[in-house]
Amino acid sequence: MSSLTHLERLEAESIHILREVVAEVENPVMLYSIGKDSTVMLHLARKAFAPGRLPFPLLHIDTTWNFRETISFRDRIVAQYGLDLIVHVNQDGLRDGVTPFSHGTPVYTDVMLTQSLRQALDKHGFGAAFGGGRRDEEKSRAKERILSFRAAGHRWDPRNQRPELWDLYNTRTGPGETIRAFPISNWTELDVWQYIHRENIELPGVYFADRRPVVERDGVLIMVDDDRYPLLPGEVAHTKTVRFRTLGCYPLTGGFESGARSVADIIRETLLATSSERQGRVIDRDQPASMEKKKQEGYF
Amino acid sequence: MAHKFDLVAGDIVEYLKSHERKSLLRFLTCGSVDDGKSTLIGRLLFESKLIFEDQLAALEADSKKVGTQGDRLDLALLVDGLASEREQGITIDVAYRFFATDRRKFIVADTPGHEQYTRNMATGASTADLAIILVDARKGILTQTRRHSFIATSLGIRNIVLAVNKMDLVGYDQRVFADIDIAYRELAETLGGIHHIVSIPISALEGDNVVTHSTAMDWYSGPTLMQHLEEVEIDAAHEALPLRMPVQWVNRPSADFRGFSGRIAGGTVSPGDRVKVLPSARESTVARIVTMDGDLGEAVAGQSVTLTLTDEIDIARGDMICAAGDPAQIGSQFEATILWMAEDRLYPGRTYLIKTGAQTAQATIGAAKYKIDVNTLAHEAGKDLDLNEIGRFTLSLDRTIAFDPYEDNRQTGGFILIDRMTNATVGAGMIHFALRRSANVHWQATDIDKSARGALKGHRPAVLWFTGLSGSGKSTIANIVERRLAAAGVHTMLLDGDNVRHGLNKDLGFTDADRVENIRRVAEVAGLMTEAGLVTLVSFISPFEAERQMARARVPEGEFVLVHVDTPLDVAESRDVKGLYRKARAGQIANFTGIDSPYEAPQNAELTVNTAELSAEDAADRVIAEIVRRSIVPPIG
Repeated sequence: MSSLTHLERLEAESIHILREVVAEVENPVMLYSIGKDSTVMLHLARKAFAPGRLPFPLLHIDTTWNFRETISFRDRIVAQYGLDLIVHVNQDGLRDGVTPFSHGTPVYTDVMLTQSLRQALDKHGFGAAFGGGRRDEEKSRAKERILSFRAAGHRWDPRNQRPELWDLYNTRTGPGETIRAFPISNWTELDVWQYIHRENIELPGVYFADRRPVVERDGVLIMVDDDRYPLLPGEVAHTKTVRFRTLGCYPLTGGFESGARSVADIIRETLLATSSERQGRVIDRDQPASMEKKKQEGYF
Repeated sequence: MAHKFDLVAGDIVEYLKSHERKSLLRFLTCGSVDDGKSTLIGRLLFESKLIFEDQLAALEADSKKVGTQGDRLDLALLVDGLASEREQGITIDVAYRFFATDRRKFIVADTPGHEQYTRNMATGASTADLAIILVDARKGILTQTRRHSFIATSLGIRNIVLAVNKMDLVGYDQRVFADIDIAYRELAETLGGIHHIVSIPISALEGDNVVTHSTAMDWYSGPTLMQHLEEVEIDAAHEALPLRMPVQWVNRPSADFRGFSGRIAGGTVSPGDRVKVLPSARESTVARIVTMDGDLGEAVAGQSVTLTLTDEIDIARGDMICAAGDPAQIGSQFEATILWMAEDRLYPGRTYLIKTGAQTAQATIGAAKYKIDVNTLAHEAGKDLDLNEIGRFTLSLDRTIAFDPYEDNRQTGGFILIDRMTNATVGAGMIHFALRRSANVHWQATDIDKSARGALKGHRPAVLWFTGLSGSGKSTIANIVERRLAAAGVHTMLLDGDNVRHGLNKDLGFTDADRVENIRRVAEVAGLMTEAGLVTLVSFISPFEAERQMARARVPEGEFVLVHVDTPLDVAESRDVKGLYRKARAGQIANFTGIDSPYEAPQNAELTVNTAELSAEDAADRVIAEIVRRSIVPPIG
């Protein structure tokens, strides 16, 4: 296989995983967070089933705190490729007024992301959900399998994973058991960017530098995307040329000043970067091994 | 890797172009807890500048808190993952790490060295192109070195790097290194299958010969570890193989498009190529290689593609598209090496699901040829396998599948075994060859089929399978049934267990393997007879559920009627028509059903007749009533 490049091999592996899960598991769904990893995964899925349509819907867990730009991007992509999109909001959380400011980040992410995802998966009875997780993101992910099984209640047991040999995936599930499938497990952040560049894949605008209103919080720049953001007394948002390395809820996503306006610029910046991707995610900094704990509780 | 940054800062587009041509090397590191494996991987990550400042800060904090290197950075902490493992300081699972240089991207499977984790190492090895075997320079070749090398080569890894680590602790002594190198090459000789061994003296802790040449070992003129990983030729042999593509998905978006999607497991394919589809053996020609970005002129091993063919032939998921001139083998019985991965033992006679390529079937484990002691590599007698044990077995499948010997193609010769109740992946295996040379005999498609033959006869074909203890009355009842069917104009055939052993099966004895084969042949002949349109009566003790299941699976549903001739052991023994029970009780016959070998009463018999209560004539009446009820034969007066 020496004549294939690393990107070609990664692409082929991901397509193989997507097809295998769709062929063997009833009622799959693809989690679509609109971020670059989801966008690459969606691109791979379109390749896997071309010239046919995607044989599964997309699911967006909407916290109601997304960057406005990403929502309009989502709707445009869905229309452009004729995709089926399910948008789920945790109505209980909305009714109880759970926001990052009212209840703090851990409660907010648990209610509006983790619980919301579980609600949506249960409501539609999805047998498998594709996610854009990568093993290089975080140490506990490095040991997760490509197919990860969740018992009823969505808990993950890192001690009880199925071995994965060759490209043979055991997709059988028991009652109440569901699958999280990670087709781009073996991609690194740089692979994702190089692939976006090679394939000319369109991304939401917030990845690219632009003049945006921001305030500084804990050493990172937070975009004031709408008038719900609580400014401190006397505080005003400053307009700076910033971009974001990850997309989440805008009040929890740290941006930084940058002049990168193209994918090539971003790659240059990434290669010269001095901090890792998750640094911008406030969610990961609560406690050591926090991602692993969240995952055991059912976070994707 | 400083030049990377110059290039990036310079012309990014040029940089990206060159990086899109990088290749990918997957490798495996094997060593025990103390060999410095995590430190080595940590160093590779560290030196390829893939550690960001925030991670470095976290590493410094962790090193002070739980590190084992005093004030220095403990690079092993970069790779130890899950929380509980970090506390124990032990890696307990397979973890995948990534780094890249200007020439290659690397995926490292980091697997533990504990004895009980053989399965994890096999998992990592199954996708690796190369293995790094770590040896502590102070300890030399250990039992585990042999075990690691054996597992790596068994899983088909042909490139080995012997990394002699901790050279700093033996004064960078050339003699120590040379002795270990020689000892290892002797060991490798006994394993076979290794094409290429490179030995490198290193210190993962100090960095000697990992990325940069060691100044303390100027006697070593070979490549550093990183140089070797960047330059080693990865077997391009995959593309030289004949075309293999397991069909994963039939892509049928509209009535006028029918494509077959899969990942090419060997060889290359172009439009115009003749292909043969297994196991049906229908031939066609490749019309197009379809992708979202337009058709391709050629696709090669490793790529995921969608093919269309010029002819409308029936192809389903699980079939294999092969080069017409050099197709894969087909078969339903194999000899294979199995690595057991579950707490519950593997027993011969049990049935599991087998998955290979996109094919899933039921596989019954036959007799063990031998077990392999992974520490001494000695072959041992044994029937079953415990967790982490390896053995060589025969397997019988309920259907014919396409495959290649694992030695020829890892993708089409490797399989996993799945427990049908728990759904756990309980074993992994490698097919060596099909039994009885069925492998190279391909199915010949014919025009007159079974329904055409049956239509001439005025009844449907079926297998009436009589099971029960010796002396239960199976043969007597079967004989009466056949006589009455024949009188009514039904075309029949009777296969009797004893009679078959005088001819077709006279080469078989009474070992477990021979018993399985005996019954397989009878089931096969019965199947052929039904294809000829006959009602075939089989009178056979057939004590094991797995064997009866194999026979049932040979014919379509509804054509197999299992008749359990149910007689209490004491009744059968008191009849003892052939004097066999007396001999068995006297110890003159071993493995006699009912005496020292079990009879598994069927749970799914279509009919049970108890000959302690019924006469043979009455029992025959019931059998005939049953097949009339099933519309196999018309009512018989």
